[in-house]
This record gives sequence, structure tokens and C-alpha cells, in this order.
Amino acid sequence: MRYAMAIDTKKCVGCSDCVVACQTENNVPLGYARDWIREINQGVYPHLHMEIRSERCNHCDNSPCVRSCPTGASHYEEGGIVKVTKNKCIGCSACIVSCPYDARYIHPDGYVDKCTFCDHRLKKGELPACVSVCPTKCMYFGDLDNPESEISQLLNKRLHKVLIPEAGTGPRVYFLH
Amino acid sequence: MTTNRRDFIKISALGTAGLIWGIWNTRAGALAGMAEKAAGSPGWLSPADMKITPTYCEICFWKCAGWVHKNDRDEIWKITGNAKDPNCDGRFCPRGTGGVGMYHDGDRLKTPLIRTEERGMQTFREASWDEALQYIADKLAQIKAEHGPECTALFTHGSGGKYFTRLLKGYGSDNVAAPSYAQCRGPREVAFYATFGMGLDSPENTDIRDTRCLVLIGSHLGENMHNGQVQEMSDAIDKGATIITVDPRYSTAASKSKYWLPIKPATDLALLLAWMHVIIKEERYDKAYVEQYTYGFEQLKAHVEPFTPEWAYGITTLHPQVIRETAREMAAAAPAVIVHPGRHVTWYGDDTQRLRAVAILNALLGAWGRRGGFYMVESPEVPAPELPPFPVPTRNWRMALKGKYALADLALANGLCDATIPTPDLDCSIKGWIVNGTNLMETLPDRANTIKAIQNLDLMVVVDTMPMEITGWADVVLPECTYLERYDALRDTHHRVPVIALRMPAAEPKYDSKPAYWMARELSKKMNLLQYFPFETMEEELDHELQQMGTSLKEMQQIGVKVFDKQSPLYFAEGEEVTFDTPTGKIELYSTYFADAGFDPMPVYTPHPEPPEGFYRLNYGRAPMHTFSRTVNNPNLHDLMEENTLWVNPKTAKLHDLTNGQQVWLENQDGIISSFPIKVRITERIRWDSVYMVHGFGNNSAKLSRAHGRGASDTELVTRVMMDPIMGGTGMRGNFVTFRTSGREEVQS
Amino acid sequence: MTEDIIVSGRMNHLIDPHLEVWEWQIPAYLFLGGLAAGILFFAGLMVLTGREDKYPAAVRKAPLLVPVILVLGLFFLFLDLKHKLFFWRLYTTIKLGAPMSWGAWVLLLVTPLSFIWAALNIRELFPRWDWKYDILKKLEAFFRKYRTYLAWAMVLLSVVLGIYTGILFSAFNGRPLWNTSILGPLFLVSGMSGGAAAIVLMSRSREERHYFARIDLLLIFIELVLIVHMFMGFLSSTQTQIDAAQLFLGGKYTAPFWIFVVILGLVTPAILELMEIKHKRIPWVAAPVLVLFGGIMLRMIIAFAGQVSHWNV
Repeated sequence: MRYAMAIDTKKCVGCSDCVVACQTENNVPLGYARDWIREINQGVYPHLHMEIRSERCNHCDNSPCVRSCPTGASHYEEGGIVKVTKNKCIGCSACIVSCPYDARYIHPDGYVDKCTFCDHRLKKGELPACVSVCPTKCMYFGDLDNPESEISQLLNKRLHKVLIPEAGTGPRVYFLH
Repeated sequence: MTTNRRDFIKISALGTAGLIWGIWNTRAGALAGMAEKAAGSPGWLSPADMKITPTYCEICFWKCAGWVHKNDRDEIWKITGNAKDPNCDGRFCPRGTGGVGMYHDGDRLKTPLIRTEERGMQTFREASWDEALQYIADKLAQIKAEHGPECTALFTHGSGGKYFTRLLKGYGSDNVAAPSYAQCRGPREVAFYATFGMGLDSPENTDIRDTRCLVLIGSHLGENMHNGQVQEMSDAIDKGATIITVDPRYSTAASKSKYWLPIKPATDLALLLAWMHVIIKEERYDKAYVEQYTYGFEQLKAHVEPFTPEWAYGITTLHPQVIRETAREMAAAAPAVIVHPGRHVTWYGDDTQRLRAVAILNALLGAWGRRGGFYMVESPEVPAPELPPFPVPTRNWRMALKGKYALADLALANGLCDATIPTPDLDCSIKGWIVNGTNLMETLPDRANTIKAIQNLDLMVVVDTMPMEITGWADVVLPECTYLERYDALRDTHHRVPVIALRMPAAEPKYDSKPAYWMARELSKKMNLLQYFPFETMEEELDHELQQMGTSLKEMQQIGVKVFDKQSPLYFAEGEEVTFDTPTGKIELYSTYFADAGFDPMPVYTPHPEPPEGFYRLNYGRAPMHTFSRTVNNPNLHDLMEENTLWVNPKTAKLHDLTNGQQVWLENQDGIISSFPIKVRITERIRWDSVYMVHGFGNNSAKLSRAHGRGASDTELVTRVMMDPIMGGTGMRGNFVTFRTSGREEVQS
Repeated sequence: MTEDIIVSGRMNHLIDPHLEVWEWQIPAYLFLGGLAAGILFFAGLMVLTGREDKYPAAVRKAPLLVPVILVLGLFFLFLDLKHKLFFWRLYTTIKLGAPMSWGAWVLLLVTPLSFIWAALNIRELFPRWDWKYDILKKLEAFFRKYRTYLAWAMVLLSVVLGIYTGILFSAFNGRPLWNTSILGPLFLVSGMSGGAAAIVLMSRSREERHYFARIDLLLIFIELVLIVHMFMGFLSSTQTQIDAAQLFLGGKYTAPFWIFVVILGLVTPAILELMEIKHKRIPWVAAPVLVLFGGIMLRMIIAFAGQVSHWNV
């Protein structure tokens, strides 16, 4: 089982629903964000191009954060989800400086926090909060090991990319062109 | 009020005594309330027993139905969509998802407030509900005696307005206005009514999910977050639909468009006329449809003959080739094409005519009543409350206009405002306002005029959840509880299918806030109008209505949304005989309605004033995470966007030596300077002759801890209002600004 | 023009607008760790090469500082932790892929070792020290017997400790400025250089001072070579690394790096020591103090600049 997420940039309008849904679902403290919207514009008026991306922890295959954690608090769970065990975390921030995506932050209570692919929802057969709420339905989530899954088929059919592939982290969040 | 002049009061530090009292009162009240409900509840559920309660959102007019979830500690946790609701298809937009913040916002109004004078300064003092309501009842009685009940008005943009309307009508006035008319969609309603015999209302009947070509001219879908429309636009993209966006700014929609037409601002009518010209000249219009359903084709054909793409090029700066290509693209997709009418269309004063052009274009393409164009709506049959007849007012807002804006079908908020300023030709003026759920300072352009009107009031009541700027002018401030804490009337907006949605509270009202129904009813007791509120509680009124509709309150509490059987078809059948509610019974390309009223029967392009040198047209718009000033203090949504920024083209920035992130004050053509500075965002997405900012910021209310002073207010700078002669819409895009590195000496109130 | 912005208002504390999770505590801890490693290395080395009596400060005096240094360093590390109550979790597992884990365990070995060595040499500070209890006297005798083994342990563990302080940074993917394998050797050499400087400062014998000053000169030379190598590596690598290197080649940290670390911390002490060798009269405190200053500045600047450097997403 390899969980992955795909986001269709053709449809994403950058409304930030994924951000606030994640915040309420996971009780993320105000002032912190587990996911965010990035807007990249290029060109000169009126010849312009804009890409909008919803970004979060990429739950990498080869994640530097899991590797660099001295206590094992950052670890892999079923499906390749990267999670932090609160009471093993000492707040040393090694994982934070390891992450090329700046996906982690220090929770006010002292431990390190980030996107969990809403594994508490996955266990109940629901999709992550961001995927469930997205009004443009541009977010897809599923099992890469299942060739019949929607996400596997999408990744076969559509041109896509990951973020900072050269960092060698093996991210599992794909952006469809 | 003994003093004549009304000062603007900043609700800053109010006694914590009130807070404590409020909390104590709320707890006692809450427990008492819950005990009451638990004892002998006639077969419907109490919110205290429900982990998930249905509601419909109050953050914007779309009113998506959803579920409020509570956590293990029975606190409001999150809001999700109701999968059965056609408005939202189970997915809320960011503002709806962030609605929990409205409930948790510590800056909420907590107790009723009454204006008083202390040590020579006007301020508010906390009061009990009984005292506050009695104050209002007494004042209204006084106005009735001295001037007549018609000299009162209600401004409303919230669900609670329904009950204040009932109260006011029973009292004797029908001056009820929503700013969403003359400050927003009014011109569109009148234009479509004149053309098709019906307006669009809310939500709009655009069949985006099945369209093959979506033309957005004056709509920035994706930044404006009309939930259903954004969802359907995404569906359309999936199906390979073409999007054509006409906008001087590179909007989000523009970035997803096959064609983006970077039009010169204020020239849209020329483009629309040129499109008509191409479509008629090249005979790409829907001949059968035009033949069967429309009136005035020959007049229209002759009328648009001179409006060639070359002519339009000179005005709009859009290449004739592009105008032709896009016209052909539209026609090729017809009838599954939508020339989207937008929603906020009060721009330059000729807006009704511009929307007439949009309507005509849609008619030529045969989109009205066809799949992928505009579907035929259906409303649920909600029984009207059985009330005694209302007194008939002898005067109202329309008479105050003395024949102006005759074609307006709803009251004008600006009209009511103007009618509050005594002028020699009026024998009376409005003396009392109730303002519910609308921050008039940000809503109405020409603030000086609004303040002038307010100074003439004997009574101003503001009902709101938050201490918005408008509360600073009130005599009485009544704290309304949020939509998460109350019942309201059933949502009965139209859609593809007849559907109703229930709003019920997830929690007891916080502090000493109350629902509008309770306020209106308690007031009615003091005003001898209780006969208009036959039911003591909302539950009883709702259950009574729902029983007549074949369901019950208990059922609705568990399902939230009920879809009824569709009675009429979504689209016209092939060759079906259809009569339109117009003077000729047909779709009027040539408007006899307008001609009879003395207006141009077909739209004509008029050039509008352009910015003087060194000034830039002030354009404003929406952000998907905010609904005007309503949400800027919401902690969850404030997290997403704390302030607006001023979009400035790099060329303009260079000319004025501006750097990215710099704070500037804006000065408009009339010398008005913004109260607060705004951060510059240098971006290529805006044209060099304009600047752009998101509306709703720059709030001047100290009690809004998150929103006070953040960003700048575009409304403040809209001092030149271009009035639409047809229906009184207030065109707001004719203002120009330049940059200043410093503000005024003191912030004027 | 290209505009790359976050539009959903993300402003995570210490992460935005740029990374600032580590302040002075971590570079201070690394400096102290490197210094301790340097001192212990030379102490062990001098014992093993039989030059204990020739260089008493190196073997017996300077190591007295090490327990204090290490405890202070560990205290700083503890201060940096944001979830302090759980610090003991470091010792419930060994993560070979995590340099922080090595560090925790190496320190667990080195710290007692340094205490033991310091205890053995306590009479440098307190000439009439008496262990009083029998068990302690027996332990002293035991450890004195196995001094050679202790010295081996000190040499090996101090090299691990010294290299670890550099690898700690270079193993963190996310910061392109640190992502160079030169950082490990650089910090090791810097630590040894600091150790040598500390020995010079504590020594009473001119011969010893001369010797360690010359060692220091060699180490400084190696450091300079490593720094040049580091930049060569960055500039011939990917765009991300080229951009990272710009922080020191025209960017925010250019002046601090070249002035504090290179000129004041390396070149000047090298010149001073060269002059001393040529028998010019120089206050002998000057060079070692500058070396120590350069050492702490090296780590501080690399720590802060590294957090500023980032991949382009």
C-alpha cells in the first residue's frame, strides 16, 4: 500500500479551502498551517502564465526527516505515511531543517507537527480533509500500488511533476499539468 | 439623544463587568434554555443531544447546506457540506469551512449597547435586553407619532432580516433594502427582466457544468467564490469546455482560459456590441431560436451594423482578429454557451444597458433555457406564514425618488440613504434605521453622504454579530448570535430542483447574544404587534411549515436538506411554445419596456472618464477566503488573508518609485486620502492603467482586534458615484487614485 | 518577471519568512563539542606517543576543562529542545541515519571518559586532593592502570565527536549550504585547532606553546584549503548550491564570514604564529584567542546562513 496524492493544477483556483479544512479537522493552532497555496506567475502583461499549487508534506519515499530523527519520533506508518509520535519528539528540530519543503513546524506544545494525510480519517474509510472539501474536486488520493485506483490511472494518463525531484526525497504528492 | 450631532464611537475597551455579567447570564440562560427544551419537547430534537446538526451557511448569499460537527467536549469543531444539497454538492467553500471562526471570535458583540454621553464624550453603555428593546420601541412610537411609520427603513443582508421586515411592515413601513441590489446585482436583474421576463436572483441559473463555452466578462470566478459556480466551472474544465475571460486583470479564471482578452477598463459594452455584430453578420446566431422566441431582431441587426471589431479595437485595444475568433468560438459551442452576467455589476452607470447586451448575446446564441446555457429554476413551495394583513403604507422609498430609477424592482439601499437626508422637495425624510447584517460604511459608496444621512436620524439600531464600523454610529447595538447558534427560516432559494434546507443551532448563543427572531418578537410585544409572530419559538413555526410540506422538523433535523420532486423541465423542449413575461411575450432583443420608459431600447456604447495623468483606475474584487468585511476578523479566515494588497504593474511601480511590500496611502481624484495604508504588490497581473485591491479591508473599528487598520478600504475612495439612470445602481468604478507615502494628519471619523 | 508567493497567509513561527529554528544554542554546543574533541584528541595523542611529560598542559591541564565544556554544551543543547520533558527519548534508541543520535550516544561515552580523565588529573588544580573513600581510591588506581586504553578511547571518540559536529549539518538535505561532505572534516579540523589553541592558552611551558602553535598553524592551513574546496564544490554543483554559495559571495553573510571567520579567525592567527616562529615578539595570547573566536563564529555563521539557504520549490 503506497498512499499518494495528486492535485490537478488545471482546476485548482487557490481558494485555500484545503488550508482551513485541515485547520479545523486537525485542530491546527491558529497561526500555523499544515498546507498552503503557492502562486507562481511568469511573463509580462498581457502574456502571462500562472500556476497555483496546494502544497503540504510530501510523505516522501526517502524522507530526510525520518532519517534524521534521533529518537524515532518521525517514522513511517502504513501506506508510507510519515508521522510524528508526540511523546517521542524532543523538539530538536533536526527534521525541520532536513525538509526541503518547509513542511514542518513546531507546535506551541513543543513537539513537531505536520500534515498526516489525515490517517485518522483514512482508517475510517474517509479521504483526507483537504481532498474531501476541495470545491473544484481537483485533489485525488489513493493507493499507488493498486493499478485500478483513480490516482494510478490519472498518473498514467496525465503529465505530472513532483516538487524538487533533485533533492532525492521521492515525494508522493503529484501535480497534474 | 440630546445632542444633535452623532459622533462615531469606537467600541474599544468596554467594561469587563459586562463580559462577566454576560457570561454568567449566558450560562444561566443556557442551562435554563436547555432545561426548558428538555422538558416536554414535542417530538423534535434538542441540539444538546445531537453530535452533528444541520445548518446552512450565512457567510454569503449562496447559503450552502452543511453539517456542524461537535467534538468530544461538545464544542463546535468543524463544518462540512451536506452531500444532498445541490448548492454545494457536499463541499463547502473556504469561508463556510472557516465559519467556526465566527462562533469562536472573541471580538463578538456580547451585550446590547445604548449610546450615552459621559464626561462630554459620546460612548456606549451596556444595557439589558429589556431596556434596549424598550428604547427602540419607544423611539419607533415617537417617530410614528411625529412623522409617520413610513419614515423608517430596514437595511438587511442577513437571514434575520426576514423578521425585522415582518416587524417593520406590521409597524407600517415597507422601506426594506438589501445592498445586494443597487450596490451589486440590480442592473443585471432589470436587464434580464426586460429581456427574458425574469431576473437571475440567487443562485444564478447558469448551467456551467454542461456548458461547452463559458464567457466571463466581469466575473472573476475562482476568486469570487460562488461555490456552486466554481464547482461547476471545474466540472466544465474536466469536460474540456473553453473558457473566455474578458478582464483588464489576469484573474484566476483568465489563467484557465483559452482566450484571455485584456480589455481596457470601462469599454466592455463596445466588445459586447462587436460580438453581436460578428455573430449576426456571419449568421452564426441560433436562427430557429431567434425566429421562434425573440422580438426585435431586425432592429438589433441594423443597430449593431456599425459596431465592427475594428471599431471595437480602437476602443477596447483588443485585436479585431481576437474579437472575431472568440465570437466564433462562442457560436460554435451554442447553445451550450454562457455569456456569464456576473453578479456585482454596478460599475460605470450604464450597467443595466451593459447587462442588456449580455442578455441579448445569450439570446442570440440560444442559450436561455437550453442545456449548457441557462436552466429554468424551480423553487420549493414553502407555505407563507399565516399572518394578519399588513397596513398599507401611504408613502415609501419609491415615492421619495420622484420617478427616478423607475425600473428598479427592489428597494435601493442608496435610495433609502438619500431619503434620509431632508431636502426641500421632500415633505418628510426617513428618521429611523434598522441595520441588520450589513456594514453600511463599507457597502455604500460616498461615505460622506452616508454619514450625512445618519446625522439626520432620530433612531439608528444596528443588529450584528461583530462590532463592525457601522455599529459606531448606532443609538442601540443589538448583539445577534451567529448562524451556528440559532434557527432561521427555511432556505427556499431556487435551483435545478425544488429543495429546502434547515438551519438549527449547534450550540446555545454565546454571551448575551440572541437570534433575530427572538429580538423581533420581543420588540413586537412592546409595539403591540405580537399578532405577526404567532409562534413563540422558531421550532414551532418551522415544524408548522414543514408539516404542511409533508415532512417535519424532526426529519429535517436528521437530513438537513430535502429535495422535492421536480415539477417542470430544466430546459425548453425542441420547438416548445414558451411565453416570456415581457410586454411582447417574447425575448426582447429590442426592449419595448425600456423604450416606453424613455431609455435606449438597445444598448449604446458611451465612453467613460479615464484617469488623469498620475492616477490609476481603482479596481476592486474578491478573494476566495473572504466575504467583504464580514469575515476579515474571523480568526480562521484572517489566518489565510490578513490584509489586502494593492496590485501595481511593474511599469507603474517604476514610474512612482514603489517597492514590493511598501506601505502607501491612496489619494483619489477628489482629494480623499485613505485612512490606512496598504501594502504594494508589484505584479504583472494588473494593467498599467489600473490598480486592484480586494474589497472589505481597511476597517476602522478598534474592537476588531484582527481587522482594525489592516489594509485599505476601497469604499472610502469611492466618492464619485456613477448613477445608473434606469434603476439607480451605484456605479463605483469611476474613481482614480494616486500614491502617497504618508497619510492624513488625523484619521477622520 | 517571476512572482512566487504563498497566498494562503502561511506564517509558521520560526519557519516563515525564512527558517530560524536554531539560534545560538546549537552552534555554541557544536563549538564546545569540537573544542572538547580537540583537547581530548591531543591529550590522548600525547599519551600514546609518549610525550606526556613534555606537554603536561595538553595531557593533564587542558582536559580539566573538558567536563565543564561538555556539560555546558549539553546544557545548551537541552535549552534548544522545544519538547524538553522528553529529552530522555534520545537514549531509548540508536538511529544510525541520524547524526543527532550518534551525537547523543557519543557524548554519553565521551562525557564520563572526560570526567574520568579529569579526575585522574585533578591534582593539577588541587595538589592536595584526597579521594577519601576507599572505593574511589580503588577506582583511581584501576583507571590509572589502564591509562593507555583510556588514551586510545579519547583519540578515537574525539575524532568521532569532532567529525559528528560537522556531519550533523551536512546530513540535513533541506539546507543546500550545508549539503557538502567537506563540512565534517572542516568542523573536525576547526575543533582540533580550537583544542590546540586552548592548550596554548593553558600551557606554562614555552616549548609546549610553540609546539601546539605550530600544530595550530598546520590545522589553519588545512582549514583554509578545505574552505576553498568547499566553495569550489558549491560553484561547480547545481544551481541550488550555486545560489547557496552566494550567501557568502555577495549575499547577506559575506562580510561576517570573510571578516570574522577567515580574516580574524584564520588568516590573522596564522600570520601571528608565523611571525612568532620567525622570533618576532608577539603577545602569545593573541593568536589562540583569535582562533577560538574564529571557531565559534564559523559555526554561528554557518548555522544561520544555512537556515536561510533553501531549495527552490
